[in-house]
Amino acid sequence: MTEQDILTGLAEIVQEITGIAADRVTPEQSFSNDLDIDSLSMVEIATAAEDKFGVSIPDAAIDDLKTVSDAVSYIAKAGVPA
Amino acid sequence: MTPTAAGPQEQPRLLGLGQHRPQRVVTNDDLAATLDTDDAWIRDRTGISKRRIAAADAGVVTMAADASAKALADAGVDAADVDLVVVATCTMPTSIPGAAAQVASALGATRAGAFDLNAACAGFCYGLSVAADAVRSGTARHVVVVGAEKLSDWVDWTDRRSAILFGDGAGAAIVGPAPSGQASGIGPVVWGSDGGRADLIDVPVGGKLRLDGPAVFRWATTSLADVARSACAAAGIEPTDLAAFVPHQANQRIVDAVARRLGATSAVVADDIADTGNTSAASVPLALGRLRDEGRVAAGDRALLLAFGAGLTWAGQVVDVC
Repeated sequence: MTEQDILTGLAEIVQEITGIAADRVTPEQSFSNDLDIDSLSMVEIATAAEDKFGVSIPDAAIDDLKTVSDAVSYIAKAGVPA
Repeated sequence: MTPTAAGPQEQPRLLGLGQHRPQRVVTNDDLAATLDTDDAWIRDRTGISKRRIAAADAGVVTMAADASAKALADAGVDAADVDLVVVATCTMPTSIPGAAAQVASALGATRAGAFDLNAACAGFCYGLSVAADAVRSGTARHVVVVGAEKLSDWVDWTDRRSAILFGDGAGAAIVGPAPSGQASGIGPVVWGSDGGRADLIDVPVGGKLRLDGPAVFRWATTSLADVARSACAAAGIEPTDLAAFVPHQANQRIVDAVARRLGATSAVVADDIADTGNTSAASVPLALGRLRDEGRVAAGDRALLLAFGAGLTWAGQVVDVC
């Protein structure tokens, strides 16, 4: 799965959970500052991303996902088979 | 001593409900006067607009007794005919004595056994299961189950993460035998616990309540829909058969997420939290009683009760509304 695929899938999740249009979910956007997504929605997004991409995103990692790009990179790395 | 064992086995059901809601209302704006928060922030993240706070001279016992007396009146059951009083609470000011014996005495339930039960916010559903089993086995014929909490004594009113969440109150139910030939009106309980995550919600010795909000949110929104579905399956019904879903009123966002995952498409979903806050063990009976008062559920409707909280503990069962 490419980072573009992850971005597309992540944007769908964000739209489903927050109602923010998927095309606004671009790599440079900050979840909290630009998209106004709060910590509880971030938990829901992380949970949905775990299911969708088959990765693990622990609570401690969520705090470090400041931008959409951070999340895409995290999922890409987490999805690499050990 | 008077033997309390009943005769032949009975099928348990809910016979009555009662609520105690303290008079004093504390709004989000009231909290924002002393905390760095505001009404919109609190409502967005919790669904809470206001909560009830008990008076200084009110406590778990007085609130539980008031709710229980109302439930007895609603059921048409005399206090003298109560065999067991179960008080679900985690906010007694001291651990000795417990609340239940004092509640029984306040009610005039002179021949009742009495004990407290601490399963935190899940306590009412645990107590309801114990009560149903006691009626079924003949150990008791009429049981008072009351969730009662004075969380305001345990909240750190300078901590905006937790102070915004909680309220005080009590909610009671009377469990007794169904009319002859009728099936049980209290379905099998589905319960569980995870002491490995005891630190998510706790009160350190000598301290105030602490809560890891995001971790609790994640646990609740990912785990509880399965518990809810299991409780439906144990009762032999589908989620779509439910007329009401009454989850613990911890946070409207949790309620919404669990309800969405459960898929109880025909059910009214309890939303008492907006006016009441999180009242721990009192929240499920308060929310159920309000749904009935408002005519949103009626006698005979199937309602799924689902409670969860510190421990971690959780429990749920399907009941027929009385």
